[in-house]
Amino acid sequence: MEPSLETYLALSGILFTIGAVGVIYKRNAIGMFMCIELMLNAVNLSFVAFSRHYGDVTGQLFVFIVMSVAAAEAAVGLGIIISFFRNSLSVDVDDASLMKD
Amino acid sequence: MATPLFYILAGLAIACAISCVYHKNPIYSAVSLVGVFISLACIYLTLAAPFIAAVQILVYAGAIMVLVIFVIMLLNLDEERPTNRLKYLYGIGGALGLVLLAQTFFIFYVVKTAGKTSAKTTDAGQSLSIGTAMYTEYLLPVEIVGIMLLMAIIGAMMMSRHMTQRKLELVTDNEGDGES
Repeated sequence: MEPSLETYLALSGILFTIGAVGVIYKRNAIGMFMCIELMLNAVNLSFVAFSRHYGDVTGQLFVFIVMSVAAAEAAVGLGIIISFFRNSLSVDVDDASLMKD
Repeated sequence: MATPLFYILAGLAIACAISCVYHKNPIYSAVSLVGVFISLACIYLTLAAPFIAAVQILVYAGAIMVLVIFVIMLLNLDEERPTNRLKYLYGIGGALGLVLLAQTFFIFYVVKTAGKTSAKTTDAGQSLSIGTAMYTEYLLPVEIVGIMLLMAIIGAMMMSRHMTQRKLELVTDNEGDGES
């Protein structure tokens, strides 16, 4: 007896909510980055659950593409964070206000 | 049979996710996030998706989190400072969380009442079927992903080169100030 589709969707929604709230609460750029990864994983879980439900392989292919996007995002995003740290000696997003002042 | 295992893994994933958001120290957050990734990989295994589970461990828990922890160590980050951020963001975050949870359980209710089809037993999820779909029906998206990865590599290289030049200027400026 396997858990039903909506159980997986509920877990996916809960993880996505935790990630979205974390992006707002975190002030550390790396913390926000990790919360974005959490949201991507929540969406991946719903893709795999739908793929299992309908017996179709397309959902898992989308998961593969999302993972590739996450890897590219990790490389470029962490490069931006390091560049920002070299300029302002901080990774706090409150300090990234150069264009506001 | 699989249901208690799913609830154990789901509880582990949610606990690790809350711990990831709760901890101020980025290293603790990163280790909690690895816990989320591993429990999600186990859930993928119970969903008969062994290829995605392996890629999850390799790419997320392996490559991406090693990169994140490497950057945390490189920048020598410690705990976040006491808050001086706009206070209303906390209210907005709580409201957003409540709205998202309400939407989740509304959809949960709709799907439950829409009637469910039984899960078919197919070979979807094996490496063979994924590879066949990837290189026949979805060849163009896979090629676009390859080009995107190439652009990400070039962008990361350009940023790191710019960074080293700027760092050298910074070092010479500091030395000049120290001598004078």
